[in-house]
Amino acid sequence: MTEQLALLPRYLTAHLQLTLLALLFSTAVSLPLGVAATRVRWLERPVLGVAAVIQTVPSLALLAAMVPLLAALNVQSIGFLPAFIGLTLYGVLPILRNTVTGIAGVDPALTEAARAVGMTPWQQLRRVELPLALPVIAAGLRTATVWTVGVATLSTPVGATSLGNYIFSGLQTRNYASVLVGCAAAAVLALVLDGLVRCLAAGGRGGRRRRAAAAAGIAALYLYAGLTLAAALAPRGGRPVAIGAKTFTEQYILAHLIGGLVEEATGRTTTQRQSLGSMVVFDALAAGDVDIYVDYSGTLWANELGRDTAGTDRAGVLAGVGAHLRDAYGIVVAATLGFENAYAVAMRAADAETRGVRRLSELAPIGPQLSMGGDYEFFSRPEWNALRDTYGLRLRELRTMDPALMYQAAEEGAVDLISAFTTDGRIAAYNLTLLEDDRGAIPPYDAMVLASARLAREAPDVLAALGRLDGAIDAPAMRRMNLQVDERGADPAEVAADFLRGLRGRNPAP
Amino acid sequence: MIELHRLTKRYGDQAVVHDLSLSVAEGELLAVLGGSGSGKTTTLKMINRLIEPSSGNVHLNGVDVRGLELSELRRQIGYAFQQVGLFPHMNVAQNVAVTPTLLGWSAAAIARRVDELLELVELDPAAVRDRRPDQLSGGQQQRVGVARALAAAPRVMLLDEPFGALDPLTRQRLQDSFIRIRRELAVTAVFVTHDMVEALMLGDRIAVMRHGRLVQVGTPAALMRSPADDYVRRLLDTPCREARLVNALLATGAADR
Ligand SMILES: Nc1ncnc2c1ncn2[C@@H]1O[C@H](COP(=O)(O)OP(=O)(O)OP(=O)(O)O)[C@@H](O)[C@H]1O
Ligand SMILES: [Mg+2]
Repeated sequence: MTEQLALLPRYLTAHLQLTLLALLFSTAVSLPLGVAATRVRWLERPVLGVAAVIQTVPSLALLAAMVPLLAALNVQSIGFLPAFIGLTLYGVLPILRNTVTGIAGVDPALTEAARAVGMTPWQQLRRVELPLALPVIAAGLRTATVWTVGVATLSTPVGATSLGNYIFSGLQTRNYASVLVGCAAAAVLALVLDGLVRCLAAGGRGGRRRRAAAAAGIAALYLYAGLTLAAALAPRGGRPVAIGAKTFTEQYILAHLIGGLVEEATGRTTTQRQSLGSMVVFDALAAGDVDIYVDYSGTLWANELGRDTAGTDRAGVLAGVGAHLRDAYGIVVAATLGFENAYAVAMRAADAETRGVRRLSELAPIGPQLSMGGDYEFFSRPEWNALRDTYGLRLRELRTMDPALMYQAAEEGAVDLISAFTTDGRIAAYNLTLLEDDRGAIPPYDAMVLASARLAREAPDVLAALGRLDGAIDAPAMRRMNLQVDERGADPAEVAADFLRGLRGRNPAP
Repeated sequence: MIELHRLTKRYGDQAVVHDLSLSVAEGELLAVLGGSGSGKTTTLKMINRLIEPSSGNVHLNGVDVRGLELSELRRQIGYAFQQVGLFPHMNVAQNVAVTPTLLGWSAAAIARRVDELLELVELDPAAVRDRRPDQLSGGQQQRVGVARALAAAPRVMLLDEPFGALDPLTRQRLQDSFIRIRRELAVTAVFVTHDMVEALMLGDRIAVMRHGRLVQVGTPAALMRSPADDYVRRLLDTPCREARLVNALLATGAADR
């Protein structure tokens, strides 16, 4: 808990920067747009329509969509910018809609009176319509505030630090204290900002002092966010090497491991970009916003090259993927770690023994007696189709479940088979055994350390250091490290540091 | 001087004001009488262009109002609404001060003017100045509305039943003050009313409207002498008819006792 709280100032500050800046821009966009829509009648429908469509895009997808979009424009595509733009778009609708509703709801007798006393259209807006619409506009602003604080926790996968870092890494490494801290901090922040906006728009007696206090509070927060943001964006000599990680334990460990190795071997500073979406991190590497991360040959074989999964050999896939990445993106495979993290089918070890099953080909005859659990995507992935068709599997029941619960379900006999990752330490811990893919239905998933074109060009020393990881981690070693985090509650950074100490012993730096 | 020339206002194919021509001399008060829906408010609003006529035109001191800047035009004309229309988010003082503020008067001049006007409409400045309109009675609100119309000392005023919601005694006192300031400032005014007595007391001339048309316009005496038609005759006869009714009631009442 205390190490979680130590991260709070950094995460909270980043969250505040994102939220406040996005809200400022949402307001700056939607207030004038809303006013314009009440003046120019034909504008109202298209403007509100577009805002509503943006709102229907799931928030995570909206943020993720900014990454390829910005990459196509050749600007920073992961980190603060995509999150900021996505959040700004997200906050537009409630403010816009309430501005339009609020102004349209002003009694026509009063706008007529405003004209009759000699107000210009601008004076009428400023002195009559906006003040009368203020409570409605403020309600929209409050909605936007609460939404933005909430959705900002989803900025983590696009590479912006936020309170979401607690939540994403906590969920993956089963550190529920971390999840709790993230959620609680976001909730408190939402309440505080909402309260400030409410006071700012408060009318009636005694409202003046509360308004002044709220305005001062908000100004102070903006000042703080602005100063810290300026400090963060101030140019510093040589940007640190950015190491990416997707959203699971193994990736966190490897990212720390690579970071430690690069710092030790080259003296360069590194920075972690963790919990990135699986497509986001690849795009970021291609765009050069992330310098290094680990991906798996089979994943890229299917997603990037669009190849069939069946009938492939390990070396062929590696070579094919490597060549494609180099030709299409200039991305370099700096090392092949030496283990595969593939989809596999696991069974209780005792069960496998009594039934005499060691290979998937032996499963077909008893299939109708067996039930299987799979993670959220497994049964819709090409790997499952390949398994089913290659081995003629016809099972009694297929059940989708949370990966964190799958292993326990298998151990307790709730299901007989589960989809597993070959490097998951819990296979051994829960007395499960992997059935051999004897007909090669599932492609190889070699873990590869990928380096961006820019890094390969500008930092041969980093590339050389990464080379030391070639073949350095076998599957049992990776499984042990994963288990440390998943079941023993160890910190991924610690586990990585331990491994590096071992590596130094075996393979002293030149 | 206000001149209306062949003013017509149509909604769809229905003309609510029809081919209306009138002129109001400098310093004159024209009382407009007519039944509900006869087009009085519509006519008034066409003068300061709150409503644009379908055809015809309005001249103010010889200048076509369409050639004037809208806000400029309206700041010269005091307008009191039939439905009052005070701004609910401003207090009484701010409501009264709204046109002087737009004209850029100094704060001191505005404060003085506000108190003077509130006194004129028989409201205690100290008591009502800081209140919101919804903290006033209907009659009080109406008086603030009149004060607002008078605030910038306009030379032209358009008043749409400004004393409609007042008790008879307050109403009479306000009518008296209105007659006084009008004379002092030589205000040119169009004054819509349903009240024949009010029209006779205040109006230099009276215009009678019916179904969107001008039936007759003239001094009270001229109208009395030769009413254009039966409608005008009955309208003019209203106060006398009421007086006879009251006398009759009093007579039977006395007999009862
Ligand atoms: N926007 C509008 N659309 C259609 N008809 C309208 C509109 N405004 C007014 N009218 C009609 O025009 C006619 C004249 O209305 P106006 O308000 O001028 O009457 P008025 O003489 O002021 O009546 P009152 O004494 O009741 O205030 C009415 O029949 C009214 O229904
Ligand atoms: Mg009327």
